[in-house]
Amino acid sequence: MKSLHAQNKPLAEPAEQLAILAGAPFLEGQLPTFQNQLQSIGQWPLTPKKLEIFQVNLGYMCNQVCQHCHVDAGPDRKEIMTRQTMQACLEAMARSGAHTLDLTGGAPEMNPDFRWFVEEAAKIGVNDFIVRCNLTIVVANKKYNDLPQFFARHQVHVVSSLPYYEVQRTDRQRGEGVFHKSIEALRMLNAEGYGMPGSPLKLDLVYNPSGAFLPNNQQGLEADFKAALFRDYGIHFHQLFAITNMPISRYLEYLLASDNYEDYMDTLVRAFNPAAVENVMCRNTVSVGWDGRIFDCDFNQMLQLPCSTKAKHVEQLSPEDWNNRSIVVASHCYGCTAGSGSSCQGTLTNA
Amino acid sequence: MENSYYNPKDLKKFAEIGEWDKALADKFFAWYGDVFADGALTAREKSLIALAVAHTVQCPYCIDAYASDCLQKGVSNEGMMEAIHVAAAIRGGSSLVHGVQMMNKVNKLSM
Repeated sequence: MKSLHAQNKPLAEPAEQLAILAGAPFLEGQLPTFQNQLQSIGQWPLTPKKLEIFQVNLGYMCNQVCQHCHVDAGPDRKEIMTRQTMQACLEAMARSGAHTLDLTGGAPEMNPDFRWFVEEAAKIGVNDFIVRCNLTIVVANKKYNDLPQFFARHQVHVVSSLPYYEVQRTDRQRGEGVFHKSIEALRMLNAEGYGMPGSPLKLDLVYNPSGAFLPNNQQGLEADFKAALFRDYGIHFHQLFAITNMPISRYLEYLLASDNYEDYMDTLVRAFNPAAVENVMCRNTVSVGWDGRIFDCDFNQMLQLPCSTKAKHVEQLSPEDWNNRSIVVASHCYGCTAGSGSSCQGTLTNA
Repeated sequence: MENSYYNPKDLKKFAEIGEWDKALADKFFAWYGDVFADGALTAREKSLIALAVAHTVQCPYCIDAYASDCLQKGVSNEGMMEAIHVAAAIRGGSSLVHGVQMMNKVNKLSM
C-alpha cells in the first residue's frame, strides 16, 4: 500500500480535504459549522491557554501505512526535519516555558537525526519527554532493536498505538503482521522496565477505533486492554489513551469510500461536548512541522491551515505572539470535542 | 409515502416521537437511559444483550444501533456473533420445545 501522496490521489491535497469538510452537510445547514457551535457556547474565537506542549513532527516517513493515518505517512514520504530545524525547536521551547516535548511523525525514529535530537532535548530539562513510537519500528531493522535501551537511557515516555488487543482489528487498520510485531516490541519494552507496575519508565498505549465509530469510555477500554494483553501475552503498560479518528487524509478517504462520511460527521456533531472545548489540545500546544512551520495542532498542520500568529516559523516563535492568537478551526475540529473529547493525551473530560 | 418501510436515516429521528407526546417520550427516554447505564451488569454486557434481542425482534434500527454500540464498547466480532447465536438458539429452541406439546397432543389423540 502506498500513501495517497504517492498515488497522486486528489485527497492527498489539503485543499481537496478542506473543500469536502466545508461542503455538505455543513454547507447546506444540515449540521452547524464548528464556528457556529463555538459561538453558541460563547467560545468564539477560540483562544489559547498557557503553552505547555511542544509537539514536533520529525517527518512523514514511516515503516507502516495505516488506513486511518491523518498524516498520510509511509515509506514513500520523504519530508524530513533537518538538524538545523531541530535546533530551532529546542531554542524556541527553552524560551516558551513549555514543559512537555512530544515527538511524532511518521515514525520519528526514522529521522537520521532522531537520536541526536533526543540527546540534545534531554539536556534542556523537559518534564515529560514523549516519543510516539509505532512499536513495529523497534523490530523493523536491527539498527532499531536497541530503541528500548536508548529510550530508557534518556527517560523517554513512550506512547504507542495499538488499536485493539486482538490480531484482526489491529492488522486491518495498521497492516498485515503489525499486531504480532507490536507484541514483540511491547515485550522488549517491558523487558527494559517500560510499562511495568511501579516503573518510572512510562509506556502508554493509544486506542483509536478501527472503523467509523467513536471510542468508548477510556477507563473501561484500559481495563479491557490490560486484562487481555496480560492474559494472552504477559504484557504490561501504564495508561490507555482513547483517541477519536480525525476525518482528514486517509481516514477521510476511508469514510468516503465506505459511504460513512456523512454519518460519521453527524455522529461527531451530535456528540459535541462543550466541556471538551475547555481542554482541547490546540489551546496549550504548538505543533511544529518537519519544515519548521508552526500550526495550532498536528491536524491543522496536515491540512496546511496556517496559524493566525505573525510568526509562521518556529525560529520566530514568541510566547506573546502565540498566546494572543485566535485558533483556526474547521469541521474536523469536531473530532476533538465529541463525547469525552480527544487529544494526543487521550480524553479531555471525565464524562 | 416512502417506498420502503425502513429508512436508516429514521433512526436518528427517534427523539422526534416526542413531538406528538412529549411527556410519554420524556419518560421513555429517561427510563431507557437508566436501563443501559452501568449497574449490576456493565453497560457493555447490556449492549450485547440488546444486540441479541435486536436480532430476536428483527428490528433493523436496533441492529444498526447495537452493532455500532458494541463496536464502540470494544466487543470483538466473535463476541457479537456468539451473542446472536444465543438469540438464535433461544428462538430455535423455543420452537422445538413446543414439540413436546405437539407430542402430548398427538399421543392423547392416538390409540
